[in-house]
Amino acid sequence: MAERPPAKASPDRPARRRARPARAGREGAAGYLFLSPWILGIVLLTLGPMLASLYLSFTDYNLFDQPEWVGLDNYAAMFADERWRGSVRVTLVYVLLSVPAKLALALAVAMLLARRRRGEGFYRSAFYAPSLLGASVSLALVWRALFMQDGAVDRTLSSVGIELGGWVGNPDYALLVLVVLAIWQFGAPMVIFLAGLKEVPQELYEAADVDGAGRWRKFWSVTVPMISPVIFFNLLLETVNAFQVFTASYVVSNATGGPADSTLFYTLYLYFQGFTDFRMGYASAMAWMLVAGVGLVTLLLFRLSRAWVYYAGEDGR
Amino acid sequence: MSATARTARAAGPARRVREALRAAVWHLAALALLAVLLYPLAWLLGASVKPDDIVGSPELFPARPVADNYQRAMEGVAGVPTSVFFGNSLILALGSVVGTVASSALVAYAFARLRFPGRGLLFSLMISTLLLPFHVVIIPQYILFQRLELIDTYVPLLLGKFLATEAFFVFLMVQFMRGLPRELDQAARIDGCGYWGIFWHVILPLSRPALTTAAIFTFIWSWNDFFGPLIFLNSPENYPLPLALRMFVDQQSNSDYGTMIAMSVLALLPVVLFFLAFQRLIVQGVSSTGLKG
Repeated sequence: MAERPPAKASPDRPARRRARPARAGREGAAGYLFLSPWILGIVLLTLGPMLASLYLSFTDYNLFDQPEWVGLDNYAAMFADERWRGSVRVTLVYVLLSVPAKLALALAVAMLLARRRRGEGFYRSAFYAPSLLGASVSLALVWRALFMQDGAVDRTLSSVGIELGGWVGNPDYALLVLVVLAIWQFGAPMVIFLAGLKEVPQELYEAADVDGAGRWRKFWSVTVPMISPVIFFNLLLETVNAFQVFTASYVVSNATGGPADSTLFYTLYLYFQGFTDFRMGYASAMAWMLVAGVGLVTLLLFRLSRAWVYYAGEDGR
Repeated sequence: MSATARTARAAGPARRVREALRAAVWHLAALALLAVLLYPLAWLLGASVKPDDIVGSPELFPARPVADNYQRAMEGVAGVPTSVFFGNSLILALGSVVGTVASSALVAYAFARLRFPGRGLLFSLMISTLLLPFHVVIIPQYILFQRLELIDTYVPLLLGKFLATEAFFVFLMVQFMRGLPRELDQAARIDGCGYWGIFWHVILPLSRPALTTAAIFTFIWSWNDFFGPLIFLNSPENYPLPLALRMFVDQQSNSDYGTMIAMSVLALLPVVLFFLAFQRLIVQGVSSTGLKG
């Protein structure tokens, strides 16, 4: 625009100036009109309820009587509640076990697949399939059947002399069943890794070859830095999702969180408090603690990412 | 490589053999991994045709497959035939698809193409809802719909879909629409189109790939959804399949595993068919936006 000859620019400039406010106004109005479903939704179903649950978290409320203001009692009660502390522990253990293992497997398989072209589409789809199916009640029931006493896993292990009994009924192993189910669904991050790996310039590997770098060295010095934004994206997404897992624990534990609360996830306990015992004030306080917890972890991940996530093109400009 | 030690003519076939061998090893490794990974699915399919007494066995397919499990699975739970649950799931899934695609497309058009005050702020707000735990809104939503006497109807499950609350899909469409050439808008404007005309005649037809991806994922998510129906529905005749399946487990003794397994297969079937039909679009959708499965 700046390069235009002034003789040509000056005649249409005043015209534009006149037209602009009117069009901007119309465009603005149109923008909000197109946006209106979302605005209605976010006010009615997200922001409004968030405020309501914040208020409820300071009350004692059972859905039938008036909410009774109790200040910070619900929050204080959480820390004194052994089952609550247990549910935090279960959830953290689940996140810490399942997310790194899932991402490591996803990256390993993505690297395996990235090496060959033939049949790639087939393998990619096949490895992805569990991701799509694993969130269903059906698969949670399969998991329960596979890992229960005399289930396929128990019988297979017994036949080679490992007697662990049913995992589902054993407080030491029940959580592991859910971790395995989570890891099984590594396909979604794998597909994302695969897309990231394709973006790594081949010249970098060739340069590393010239420098005599081995496979391991190339992985740490070329692959990891180049796909670090993708690793970060997957890490963030999987972590946030893992904190909110519900269906699997509900179904596998047969709606108990058992045995001995060993699979009582945070969200499951929240559900029991809010919708079985109708302690909606307490459940709201729990929900806000979850938001705070997930928010804190997200913030931490973002902070830490500055040290290891490398965005190509960011430096040198 | 050792090729330097040999003449070029001799290295050709040797290298090709080594290449072929390496490819074979690679395929074997990938297939072995795949076999482990898909074992639970194969087991599910096999167990659904096993006679009752051997359902728990690790072997994949029975010597004499039986159809009894499916017959009993179709009979349903609590006096409601399984076809009703199928219908309910279908209504919810199709309603979700229509609502999500229509509302997300409208909203995405505004974010991607129109300039209005507060656009950046609202866009960030929308993105931040992606990470917001659903649990923080579910209790007040329940209270709201209870007051409106809409519990045990599909309104609580579908209203949000018509109000573009699935930020993932809005985001997906915004990304896509931003990539469409602006000249098309201008050409349409010259032809006398307003904003609606541009949206309807230009943007929407060109955004078909993004709309299709959103539709497929919405269908599958809705089909698998358990938490929403668990909260908002009470009567078995309104249950979608996942909830019916859970109820079945609750009501039967452990001995009726065969029927439960057959019902699980039936519940999973549409998702599998969708996957087989649209696998390319699904995988592309995941790799470009990080959509969860």
